[in-house]
Formats: sequence, structure tokens, C-alpha cells
Amino acid sequence: MSGIDARAWQSVPRTVHPGAWWLWAIGLAVAAMHTTNLLLLVLLAAVAGVVVAFRRTDAPRARSFGLMTRLALITVAFSVGLQIVLGVRTDHGFVLLSLPAVDLPGWLPGLSVGGPVTAEALLTSATTGARLAVLILCVGAANSLAAPAQLLKVLPAALYEVGVAAVVALTFVPHLAESAVRVRRAQRLRGRSVRGLGGLHRLLVPVLEEGLERAIALAASMDARGYGRRRPGSRTGQVVTTGLLLLGLGAACAGTYVLVDPASAHTTGALILITGTALALTGSLLAGRRVARTRYRPPVWRAAEWLVVACGATVAVVVVTTMPGPDAAGAVLRWPQLPATALLAVLVGALPAVATPPVPTGAIAPAPVPAFPVGAR
Amino acid sequence: MIEFDRVGARYASDGPAVLSDVTMTVPEGELCLVVGPTGAGKSTLLATVNGRMPHFTGGELTGRVRVDGRDTRTHPPRELADAVGVVGQNPWAGFVTDTVSDELAYTMESLGVPPAVMRRRVEDIIDALGLAELRERPLRTLSSGQAQRVAIGAVLTAAPRVLVLDEPTSALDPGAAEEVLALLQRLVHDLGLTLLLAEHRLERVIHYADSVVRVEPGRAIRRETPAVAMLDSDIAPAVVQLGRVAGWEPLPLSVRDARRRAPELRRRLPLDRPAHASRLDAATAAATGRSPRRTVAWLEDVTVRYDATVALAGVRLDFAAGDITTVMGRNGAGKSTLLNALTGLARPTRGRVRLAAPVDGNDAADGGVTPFASGPGATAEPHRLNARELIRRVGLVPQQPADLFFADSVAAECAEADGSAGVERGTAAQVLTEITGTVDPATHPRDLSEGQQLSLALALVLVGRAGLVLLDEPTRGLDYPAKVRLGRVLRRLAARGCGVVVATHDVELAAAISRRTIVMADAEVVADGPTSAVVTSSPAFAPQVAKVLAPLPYLTVDDVRLGLVAAS
Repeated sequence: MSGIDARAWQSVPRTVHPGAWWLWAIGLAVAAMHTTNLLLLVLLAAVAGVVVAFRRTDAPRARSFGLMTRLALITVAFSVGLQIVLGVRTDHGFVLLSLPAVDLPGWLPGLSVGGPVTAEALLTSATTGARLAVLILCVGAANSLAAPAQLLKVLPAALYEVGVAAVVALTFVPHLAESAVRVRRAQRLRGRSVRGLGGLHRLLVPVLEEGLERAIALAASMDARGYGRRRPGSRTGQVVTTGLLLLGLGAACAGTYVLVDPASAHTTGALILITGTALALTGSLLAGRRVARTRYRPPVWRAAEWLVVACGATVAVVVVTTMPGPDAAGAVLRWPQLPATALLAVLVGALPAVATPPVPTGAIAPAPVPAFPVGAR
Repeated sequence: MIEFDRVGARYASDGPAVLSDVTMTVPEGELCLVVGPTGAGKSTLLATVNGRMPHFTGGELTGRVRVDGRDTRTHPPRELADAVGVVGQNPWAGFVTDTVSDELAYTMESLGVPPAVMRRRVEDIIDALGLAELRERPLRTLSSGQAQRVAIGAVLTAAPRVLVLDEPTSALDPGAAEEVLALLQRLVHDLGLTLLLAEHRLERVIHYADSVVRVEPGRAIRRETPAVAMLDSDIAPAVVQLGRVAGWEPLPLSVRDARRRAPELRRRLPLDRPAHASRLDAATAAATGRSPRRTVAWLEDVTVRYDATVALAGVRLDFAAGDITTVMGRNGAGKSTLLNALTGLARPTRGRVRLAAPVDGNDAADGGVTPFASGPGATAEPHRLNARELIRRVGLVPQQPADLFFADSVAAECAEADGSAGVERGTAAQVLTEITGTVDPATHPRDLSEGQQLSLALALVLVGRAGLVLLDEPTRGLDYPAKVRLGRVLRRLAARGCGVVVATHDVELAAAISRRTIVMADAEVVADGPTSAVVTSSPAFAPQVAKVLAPLPYLTVDDVRLGLVAAS
């Protein structure tokens, strides 16, 4: 990529479409799921980290990547640790150390507690852990790069209200944690420390009551601000929409049931399922047309978004086509090979770190502690 | 613009009527102030305007409320969103999105305003409300004044004709409150909005108001001019009470009005220190004067840090038994941290906090405070004490008193507190009655009014007979009579030899109850001295009476009353 091009991409700071980031992350995840090459996995993790470091916003949520990294490391450690203590033992391989073995009853074949720990087994478990870890990092990266609220803006109108519920639920968790800290401190001042079962009750009651009050306040605010307003529609139109939705969902359920039941004809089941889904979709589209919402500055999809998606896709396609798939026989003890094509492809995955528009600086602000206790009545 | 036609409201069909037979019209472009004691129905009256009552809250509405020609019976709140904007006490409770500009656009999105118009209006409101620097900021990083401005902006973008505000400043510090009220006044003048505003701290708004609606139990609700309404209202700012004491007519509504009448009053008043203040000194001296005044808590060069933020920087203070100290300063200045350090909730990064030890023995004899042993051996650092020992030395009423509650009735809370403190059953209930009069013991603590919740929390804390009692922002949401009652309770507590520390924004309260005032800024103590000297040394902090009567050393209406008695 030439310097001039890079500057052209970057000219106007803006946030990249959240959908693009998710597709990119999926691309990395597909590559990670396809390979057992430890070197490649480490590279993928590094790519995710670099892009997040360059292109995340400074919203509190975007800082969650650190937490996800820790979770990923714990996954690897846990997987290796489990293998050492309680693993499937093979007869061959390079024995690193031998733990005192415990005999397990015969109905648990292949599993043992303690016993010889081979380097191969450790490598296999580290690889499995690493794949899972890279998956976690991909989700974490997408979450840090694309705000859920931004994603909400691209939801179809019919799904919008469900989406709001989900986003509100997400913001509730940190609030609950905050009030739990506050209540715990206050309760100490009543002469009892909040420990044990009785303490839990003392902690939960005020926290949940406050959560409930907060929910009611938010609902009142949303109602007063026009949430759930409908375009005036004819009465028959409403009945038709509801009817379609109910009929469609019912048919979809019945179709699934028939399909799963081994005794019945599958083609009938599939037919009912497809018809039902189509009816439900039509219903929700009609319902969506009654929602009068418009969108303020919806995320745009331009060249930078195509680039981000292309980078993710390149990683996935090249790794899947050129690298050998997961090896069922377990890892072999040797330095992993990394062909140049795969290496280059993974590096392309890191391109969005520099080739996308930078994050608007306005979004980066000092984060003082809110002076107002959240949840005061 | 807003018409009430024989409006009545009740929440349960067999319950008491909250409003009855309200008939009035608020004309277009008016700033109408709704005043009244807590629990009298102010919020219900406001809730009827956008149809929240009865569509959202439930209950029964009789009569008719019409806004901009629309009947709230047939229009639920969401259908009135383009006519009525609603702003509450806690801006964060109403935020739906997470950044300022998204929040500003939210109402318009719901209303289906075309994107081009939306873009334009967001820009206009950003300019009108001075939000340009905040536009992309996450809402959680805003200060309370900024957040309340954003909340107002967020309803204004929908271009409503009426704005309903339920105590929008009760949670803000004086500076932020001033900022919000000045903004509201400008909106009335520039945009011709009709405002219905419920507010406790009348001293900030009464002179802006065009009319006043008094909501008091057992009194018909009607619209009056501010000067008439203030003649006999229980809820009245200090400057109005001063006018009543001085016999001025018409009543002054602002410091400016009163200042112009003041020369006459200043001539009538004695020049020396108000007798009231000396009496307060005398009472304190009697309570503690037997020996040199005992100290109940020491902060020795205390620094508290949270990550990168220094919340207390090398603070040296001590607090004496029988003294009421107020701690003032803007939000984030370190007031709460100071209180938390005294309770051990905030652990000093450097320095030491020590609390004097209680002496067991003649405990319940006078139902009062445990006397203290002096001497370094008996003191302890709060965070090293276990919870039971802690409540014998220090008690804190938090900013949100409800944090202390977990039982489902007042009686259960009291019984639990008796158990924790190891005192006779019924002590807490008795203390509560002493503070606030009778409260139905079966009431759920969260159903109590703000003032009653504070009283209950105070009672629960006092049961521990701690030698030091701390209150964090106790006047939030309290009306004037409730504040007077609180002052009386605290003074009685101090007279028994208890050390009292109150963190507050309320300079009138500080002037009324405390002998010593500490001002904090940026984690440091910037002033510490007698209240009379500290609150008059800066014009921004002075109580209204001091502003009117300076250079005479009078701080409260009570001072003036006593001064006039002495003069005659």
C-alpha cells in the first residue's frame, strides 16, 4: 500500500461501520478455527491486538479488550493445566515428567489422573486453548472497535425495539456493579459486614430495588421521548400483521418439529418450515413499516469498510485454502511451518490498523468519575 | 397552553386523592413554578401534563388535562413527545444512548424527523446550550451540570412547546444549578417555551418566575403571582423570610430587591454579634466545657488516591465533641472522600486517621452519646476496626440513605439496628420518633418521603451511639421545613457531646447549624474557621441574609429576629 493511498483513506477521521469490524473479526476467527498451527494462532492474536490498539474509540466499553486478553490467557493456562492433571494419556511421546497416578474405575477409559505428561499432549492442549483464546480475542476486538449502540443503528426497523432492550440490558450490568459497591460500603456502617448468605440478602435487596427503580425511570423517560410511537395504521392492517406473525411463527415451530421427528417425512417438514419463516418475515416487514423511526447519522459504508471486510476475508480464504486443516492425530513435536502466503495473508489482516480513517478525537475524552451518584432518586 | 379542568388524581381507587379539583390554565410562554412540601403531589401534578399519570404510573385521573389542545386521556406520553419535554432530577436515569450527540438526537429519531432536519436541529441545540465541546463525549464522563444540560437539550431537539421539569437542580451543586436555571430562564425568553418547574430551592428561581402554583395538603391548588404566593407559604427562601421579619411590603424576591430595602433594617439592628450565635456557642460550651474540649477524630496528613486521582492531599484536621462542622466545596472537591476516610471506607495512601475510643459504662443512662476516653492508647484507625466496633465510634448517613435499607418495613429495619448495636429492643424506633414524629412502622422504607428516609437512616446510625456522626449531602431533596427539623436534630445531638460533620452544598444550612466550616477544593482544605467568617469571606458562598445585610455579621433570619428583639 503506497503512502499516498494510506493518507487518502485516512483523510477524514470517522468511525468505521460496526458491521465491517464484525465481518473482519469473523474472518480472523474462521482462520483460527481452521488451523492448529501455533505460530499462526499467535500471529492472529497479535493482529487483533494491533488493530484494536490503533482503532478503538475511548468509550468505557472499548477498554474491555484488556479484560478479554486476560480471559484468553486464562483459557490457555487452564487448558494446559487440565491436561497436566487430568488428561488423555497416550503410550508414545516424549515424557516430560511423571506425576503419581491415581487409578480410575474401568468405565472411564483413556482418562487418568496424574501419570506421565508428554510434550505432545501439552502441545495439543496448548493449541486447543490457543484456538479458543484467539476466538475470544476476535470477539473482544469487534466489541472494542464497534459500539453496540452503533450496531443498533443498522438493525432493521422491525428488530429495533428488541435491539434497544438488549443494549439497555448491557448498560445495566455496570450500573448494578456500581450500586453493589456503594451498598456494600454503606452496609458496613450498619455494624455488619456483608459476608455469607445473610450478607448476600442485605446486599441484593437494595441493589435490586435500585435496579428496578432505575428501570422504571428509564422506561418513563423513553416513553416520554416517543419510544414505541407508531405511524397511524388501519385496524385491519394491524390485525393482518399480527396474524401473519403468529401464523408464521407457529408454522415455523411445527415445521421444525416435523423435521426433527425421525418418523415423519422430511420434505413436508422443510416445506412447512420455509413457508412459516416466509410468513413471519413478511409480518415483521409489515410491522417495521409502521415504525416511524428515522436515524441520526447512520454509519456509512464506503471504501474503508470494503477494505476492512476484504482484509478479514483474505485471511480466512488464504488460511483455509493453503493451510492443512486441524490434525486429528494431535500435535507432532516440531517447530511449526508457516508458508509465506499464509504469513502475508495474516499480515493483510492487520492492514485496517493503519488503512482505515482514524478515530475522531472528539470521542476521546478524559474520564472523570461521574460526580453524581448514578441512581439517586 | 396547559389547561387543567377539574382534575383529580388517585393511585388506588380506594386510596386517598393526591390531587382534587384542580382547575387552572398556564398561558403560553410562562415560567410557572410549582412549590410545596415533599409528598404533597407536586410530582403527580407534573406527571399529568405529559400523560405519564395515568398511562404509565397507573391510577385514576378524573377531569381533563389539555396540552397544546391535546387531551392527555387519549394521548399517551409517547404521542405527546413532540409537545411536552420532560426532565427529571437525575439526568443519568433518563439517558438512553451513550454519547451526547446520539442522546440529543434520540427523541427526534423516535418521532421520525427526517435526517436532514435532525442534523440541523442537533447543531442548533448544541449552539443554544453551549454543548459544542461535549458533542462526542460519552455521557458517563459528564459532570452533573453538563449532564442536566444535555438532558434538557435532548428534549428540546423535538421542539416541544412545553417543558416540564421535576426538581432539575436538586442533585446539582450550586454552580451547576445556577448554570441550569440560567439556561431555563433563557429558554423562556428566547424560545418562548412554556415551563412548568418544580423546585425546592426557591432562592434560585423565585425571581425568574411569572407565576407560582402552591401544592399543599388541604389547600386548593391555584395560580398566583410570586409575591402573593410568598406571603404565607411555608416554603419560602431566606430573603422572603427576612422580608416578613422586617415587615417589608411588597416582599422582596431576590437579594437585589432586599438589598435596596436593607439600609433601613441595618439601622434598626445592633452592630455586634447576633445573640443567637453567641447562644449557640454558650450551649456548646456548656455541653463540652467541663474539660478541655475532647477530640473525637484526627486526620494526620492524610492522602487518599484512587488510581491516578488524588482525592485527599495531605489533609490535617481534627474534630471535637459537641461541635457541628460543615464541609463545603464543589462536587469532586474531596468532601465525600473526607467522610469516607473517617469511616475507614477510603484507606489513606499516606498518613493516618484515628478515632477516639468509646468508654463503656454509663451508656444508656441518658440515652445519649458514650463519653470518650482521651489519650492515644484508646484511639484506633477505622479500617482496622471490625464492623461492630466501628459503629460505636463513627456513623455515616450516606448520600442515598436508601443504601442502608434492606428490610421490608420500618419496624424490621429498627429491630435489626438494635440487634447490630446490641442495645435494648425499641431503641431505634424511639430515636426515630424523636427525630421525625411517628412513622407507620409497617411502611416499606423506600416508600418514605426523602426527609423520612433521611430520618430513618439517621436513627439507624444513631443507635450505635457513635461519638462522631457524619452526614453526606443530607439536604438533597429536603424542603425548608424539613431542613429546619434536621438542623434542630443535629444541634440536639451536638449538645449531647457528639461530634457532627456535615458535607453539604447548602450554605444556608451551614450558616444555620454550624460553628465551624471547612471549604475544600481540589482535594485540599482551602479554608477552615468559624462559619461566620468563612461563609462571608466570599460573595459566592454567602447566605442570602449575609448578602443583604453585609457588613453586619448576620447570617440567618433567626439571627435577625433575635437582633430585632434585642434592639427593641
